[in-house]
Amino acid sequence: MAIKTMNMIEAINSAMDNMLERDNGVVIMGEDVGYFGGVFRATAGLQEKHGKTRVFDTPISECGIIGVSVGMSAYGLRPVPEIQFADYIYPGLDQLVSEAARMRYRSAADYICPMTIRSPFGGGIFGGQTHSQSPESLFTHMCGVKTVIPATPYDAKGLLIASIEDNDPVVFFEPKRIYNGPFSGYYDRPVEPWSKHAASAVPEEYYRIELGKASVVREGDALTILTYGTMVHVVSAVVADMGVDAEVIDLRTLLPLDIDAIEMSVRKTGRCMVVHEATRTSGFGAELAALVQERCFYSLEAPVERVTGFDTPYPHSLEWAYFPGPIRIGTAIEKIMKE
Amino acid sequence: MAEQKRTNLTPLRLHVPEPKYRPGDDVDFSDVIVPPVDAVPMPDEAVHPSLIHPLAFGMIRVLDENHKAMGSWNPNLTADRLRLMLRNMMLLRAFDDRMFRAQRQGKTSFYMKSTGEEATSVATTMALDRGDMCFPSYRQQGILITREYPMVKMMNQIYSNSADHMKGRQLPIMYSAPEYGFFSVSGNLTTQYPQAVGWAMASASKGDTRIAAAWCGEGSTAEGDFHSALTFAAVFNAPVVMQVVNNQWAISSFSGFAGSERATFAARAVGYGVAGLRVDGNDPLAVYAAMQWAANRARTNSGPTLIEYFTYRAEGHSTSDDPSAYRAAEEFAKWPMGDPVDRLKQHLIVMGEWDEARHTAQGQELADEVKTAQKEAEKNGTLGHGLHHPFESMFEDVFEHQPWHLKEQCAQMLDEQRNKFGPDWEPK
Repeated sequence: MAIKTMNMIEAINSAMDNMLERDNGVVIMGEDVGYFGGVFRATAGLQEKHGKTRVFDTPISECGIIGVSVGMSAYGLRPVPEIQFADYIYPGLDQLVSEAARMRYRSAADYICPMTIRSPFGGGIFGGQTHSQSPESLFTHMCGVKTVIPATPYDAKGLLIASIEDNDPVVFFEPKRIYNGPFSGYYDRPVEPWSKHAASAVPEEYYRIELGKASVVREGDALTILTYGTMVHVVSAVVADMGVDAEVIDLRTLLPLDIDAIEMSVRKTGRCMVVHEATRTSGFGAELAALVQERCFYSLEAPVERVTGFDTPYPHSLEWAYFPGPIRIGTAIEKIMKE
Repeated sequence: MAEQKRTNLTPLRLHVPEPKYRPGDDVDFSDVIVPPVDAVPMPDEAVHPSLIHPLAFGMIRVLDENHKAMGSWNPNLTADRLRLMLRNMMLLRAFDDRMFRAQRQGKTSFYMKSTGEEATSVATTMALDRGDMCFPSYRQQGILITREYPMVKMMNQIYSNSADHMKGRQLPIMYSAPEYGFFSVSGNLTTQYPQAVGWAMASASKGDTRIAAAWCGEGSTAEGDFHSALTFAAVFNAPVVMQVVNNQWAISSFSGFAGSERATFAARAVGYGVAGLRVDGNDPLAVYAAMQWAANRARTNSGPTLIEYFTYRAEGHSTSDDPSAYRAAEEFAKWPMGDPVDRLKQHLIVMGEWDEARHTAQGQELADEVKTAQKEAEKNGTLGHGLHHPFESMFEDVFEHQPWHLKEQCAQMLDEQRNKFGPDWEPK
């Protein structure tokens, strides 16, 4: 296998390149994804290599993009639409919730929707409230869609390939803050590129990472921290700084969730903390906290702690006061360890 | 915050549309323009949309007041084809009547008739090729009837019984039949429009020869999906025929709430650069001709078409509403375009290819055929009375492979049944 150092964008691009080659049903479309190669360059070079009927620009209509993808799925294709920012997905929500997510069920598998919606999500790039949202809990709440969030280039490629090959609709959220490097949460420190991280070693060839399997990023005995996306790296940096023996679990797939990995870890450590960037109320952390107390109550030595974004729209100038950074995480770790 | 009134200016007024007639009113449709046959002659199928704007505002008609087929749009169908068209429309009407009654007898929860607008699903389907893909709304059961989908299977779906191949999950009439080129019907309106365009784009990108056809009602042209679909269809020159069945009523809202006071629905095509045709929807030959024209246009990569069928919903929206509560009872009787079944019947009689006796006999024969199918379907159960799919089927097909949380919830549901029916209860 030819291993190459890739950042997350390059790994995602490589996954689509492999899949366009392997499966002539794969089509990639979205706003600016064709000739230009996407506003984040995720599809750079793919139209030139695979042709305009496989990789193309679309009108600015998320309803149209997802609706057309449902129809292409019915024909037998395997569409990989891009929604330019997760914040733009709402006009396409009916086509996703009422159509794509329900097609297998409502038609008893007469029709299926093997589509993967890629979309950059999350903040930390001064994107303001319309370019920073983390709406993942909307998608875990509707039945019939899988939700995948990678945290490294290696995982991004393997998970994206598995998502494209999956015969159900997948929402694949890409944490755009870590496209170019694993963000530590210390926004005033120099940015570290992916090339210094082991997970930037990515095979150029096809490989897959099974959906629904979490990854233990750091083993530990004192505390379990459940997280995903950008926050995997922020949590890891805080844990290293504090010298706490935490077990850090990158969930990678929110639905289907790797409940075995969660239970095993919490039973071992007796403490559980959930960290996500999304707003707090009805966030995915609430689901995780409920599951842990339902299934591991007698192993718990402290209440499950939640560290999240605030229940406000994502602010622009006060971004770092909003972001669940090292101080919020550190305070929560201190609190849960005192119990 | 008190705004200072500028008394020198005209006060603004909000216009809220109101239909011409409400219950109890005398109905007079003399202001509905019924243009003569061939007022807008048939152009070449590859014509640039900008050259045929009058077709989006006029009305394509073939049958004249003497029930003769006239003009450039006359599809010149053989008597056998015309008799088949009549039979399909009559069978559809008989099916609708029987299933409406079944709902009233408590055998199912819901039904929707297509009375008065049979031509828009039957004649259109006859003008398509068998391999073309249909993306219907909820009132195009005529597609299945025309493509000879077994009526027993339609009834199994309506009854949500043990033989319903969709496992009793969908509201009655939301069929799905891939082997008959019939897409799964959604309850969310006009979602099928961009889907049809996507299917057509896929067909074109693969060098296929099959086209897509979509139906929606005039009311739901207000949905964003309609406009997304027209944009994509125009941008990618998709081989698709998009049809608006303008039956005047969206439940209790007349077509004015979708914009009919300002423009025709076919005129929506103009701004998109899509060919737009407005058709007498109760003239089965005009409906056939318009679809044939649009299908040929799509098939030769000449572009998409939007067709409006000007028709009338003779019955309620569904079994759940009472039309006498919101519109004048005699509207359909006075509808200037008449009844499509009657017009085709009269046409065949004028041709010397049909007569009253045969018509009556065929009506009886079709009613019997539907009755026989109904008896057959009821052996598989009716809703809430008898057979249904196994309880566990509720948790199937959410995903291809069942995740752990659905397995757990399924086990919980089965425990609840044991709790209800006793410990010896076995799922079946």
